[in-house]
Amino acid sequence: MHRIVSPKKAQKIMTAVFWGSGILTVLIMLIIIGYILWKGMPVVNLNFIFGEPVDSGASGGIAPMIVSSIYVTLIAGLVAAPIGVGAAVYLSEYTKENIFVKLIRFGSETLASIPSIVFGLFGLAFFVVFLGMGWSLLSGGLILALMALPTIFQVAEVSIGSVPKSYSEGSLALGATKWQTVYKVVLPAAVPGITTGVILGMARAISEAAAIMFAVGSALAMPLSVFDPGRPLPLHLYVLATEGISLQNAYGTAAVLVIIILVITVLTNTLVERYSKKMMGR
Amino acid sequence: MKDRLGEFLIEKGLFITAISSVVIILLIIVFIFSEGLPAMESYGFLNFIFGSTWDPSSGQYGILPMIVGSMGITLLALIFSVPLSLLCAIFMAEIAPKTVRKIMKPVIETLAGIPSVVYGFFGLIVLVPLMRTYFGGTGFSMLTASIILTVMILPTIVSVSEDSIRSVPSEYKEASLALGATHWQTIKNVIFPAAVPGVITAIILGMGRAIGETLAVIMVAGNVAQFPSSIMDPVRALTSNIALEMGYATGMHYSALFATAIVLFMLIMILLVIANYFHYKKKINVGGGYL
Amino acid sequence: MPYRIETRDLNVYFNEVHILNDINMKIPKNAVTSLIGPSGCGKSTFIRTLNRMNDLIEGFKKKGDVLLDGEDIYDPNVDVVELRKKIGMVFQKANPFPKSIFDNVAYGLRIHGIADKDKLEKKVEKSLKAAALWDEVKHKLDKSAMGLSGGQQQRLCIARTIAVSPEVILMDEPCSALDPISTTKIEDLIHKLKKDYTIIIVTHNMQQATRVSKYTSFFLNGEIVESGPTEKLFMEPEDKRTEDYITGRFG
Repeated sequence: MHRIVSPKKAQKIMTAVFWGSGILTVLIMLIIIGYILWKGMPVVNLNFIFGEPVDSGASGGIAPMIVSSIYVTLIAGLVAAPIGVGAAVYLSEYTKENIFVKLIRFGSETLASIPSIVFGLFGLAFFVVFLGMGWSLLSGGLILALMALPTIFQVAEVSIGSVPKSYSEGSLALGATKWQTVYKVVLPAAVPGITTGVILGMARAISEAAAIMFAVGSALAMPLSVFDPGRPLPLHLYVLATEGISLQNAYGTAAVLVIIILVITVLTNTLVERYSKKMMGR
Repeated sequence: MKDRLGEFLIEKGLFITAISSVVIILLIIVFIFSEGLPAMESYGFLNFIFGSTWDPSSGQYGILPMIVGSMGITLLALIFSVPLSLLCAIFMAEIAPKTVRKIMKPVIETLAGIPSVVYGFFGLIVLVPLMRTYFGGTGFSMLTASIILTVMILPTIVSVSEDSIRSVPSEYKEASLALGATHWQTIKNVIFPAAVPGVITAIILGMGRAIGETLAVIMVAGNVAQFPSSIMDPVRALTSNIALEMGYATGMHYSALFATAIVLFMLIMILLVIANYFHYKKKINVGGGYL
Repeated sequence: MPYRIETRDLNVYFNEVHILNDINMKIPKNAVTSLIGPSGCGKSTFIRTLNRMNDLIEGFKKKGDVLLDGEDIYDPNVDVVELRKKIGMVFQKANPFPKSIFDNVAYGLRIHGIADKDKLEKKVEKSLKAAALWDEVKHKLDKSAMGLSGGQQQRLCIARTIAVSPEVILMDEPCSALDPISTTKIEDLIHKLKKDYTIIIVTHNMQQATRVSKYTSFFLNGEIVESGPTEKLFMEPEDKRTEDYITGRFG
């Protein structure tokens, strides 16, 4: 076979191309994060974080938005985590591979793929109107719970499924019941994965704007309870940026969001690493 | 005697959590369809899908321009993103030393975690002015939107295809290297072909994310509900159509936006079925060796 | 001679595959019984039938009876959980939980309702001593069990099993993954345990069977070819196939 480039040379070229693509990806992330932080950090100070917005957010702070974000994210986590983990436990411990299991997995995949704006419409029609929850953080939080559910379920299922069967056999052979085995042996061994799943699900919830824009009411006032309307951070950023209200505060809000995501990423990685080290006695 | 009733109740409770996602899907279908079907019926399904004019004020509800817009943005984004993502995935799975991989993993996670509004905002303040300077026009265009989407779908494609490349049995690789093939030859002829079904799944999932993306696209695409004549023209995506008008829509208009969501939902379902087909095939390939 | 476990015409199937065929066996009290035979002969399936671990496997079906002290363990009124408490099991591969050494041994006690700290500590110490592991781990009871060597892990699993005071202990090739020194330690332990427990051990190591057990049964293709006192079975086997096997002509 006639070769234009020798295998050795091709190897060298391709190695360079691979490194180039890796470096480019890192650069893209650094540019986006760096730019947002560079422009936004000067805006972020205590007054910005703990202050109320003034003139529709043109100046002042973002305290109500932070509170709104905390509310909806917590609702999402508190609702979705038990359901997602419960479903994962049921599928890996209480039933065998069959058409029913496949259907549930397909359901969860579908849920994960539905565009956020479709969730937004569903939330409007179901939580806000049909269940009469109105424009409230509760409506928004429940929509986000639906969106966080497949993430939590999928990660939890993988991590529960990878707990060695020998653990549960060992426990059952000692006369433990199924639930005792799940609760005391299987779940603790799967904690790093489950934690990651829950955090990822909540991270998805805290970054979402499109799904809740028709449910939370977009109010600027400090929400007193989950039944009040509110405006989580991503939605605030969207409004500030597209309605040309204040570029400065948009930068600041974006920076706060980026910091939250960075903290979450670092936190999950270190937590998981530390926990699995401790469990495995290394 | 242990508490058999307790065990029974726990099992039933877990069963309910297990079927919840299917129940939610059904609820979504019921509510979206019951709100959206009236518009499709009264305007006519074909008129709705193939109509080229969207003008709610004059009762025109054709979404073809938005379908074209969504498809155009998505295809362009795939053209940019697939090569970069696959190179990056192979880099992470095969080339990068351990320390570099330890950097790449959180980088990809961070890219996946950045909220889409932040991507949109970055596009709006950095990319749109750049495009305006170098290509003229307003800077809001199909091309601009697809560049933002390129970065947004990159983590999806990278992580799913990296997994798939990693799950190629190391025996294949060793066999090839032992025959005197270079690492690149091994990647090209053995590892990557074995990972192809997973890579296709990755690309389809990325595609789904691109079609479903809303706010980032709104912020940079220009949102004109007309057929684009070039990639430099502004376009409106299906998702944007809903987000832009839902706030004030009533009656038929309201229903037509839900109908748009039905179309989106169907598109995503089709992609999912295709992705599942390849995923299934991949399992057979890995399990049975040959097919 | 008193018997603890008796099987009558026991047949086991996985889906349509017939694994065990008409097993009739009597297992004597407070003695060690070995089950030998080539891989795939059904001996592991057999002992997993004795504490109903096979119930967990899809497609498991059985015909015939398994009696513990004359009572059918597959009777619908039998509580599997209570049964498994009475019949402990040590697995082929040591399977400690990813918990501390103490928590591993205390696990069975806790799930059976013992919460008192003093009581737990005493029981754990007693079990670890009985498993000849106490001296090696007493200074690191709060360390993860995953840090122990393979042989130590297996002895920990034995300690964990005897902590719940079973009456019968099933051992499924407990030494197959261990080095000779660890194997010797486990065999010594079996000798110590046999006066208090009825032990059934599956092994593919015939020397091990002669060293540890009083009775031996030879399994082949899902049937019992021959059963009897270990010495007799190895010195003067009645069946040609037994002779072939123990002289290494197949398997």
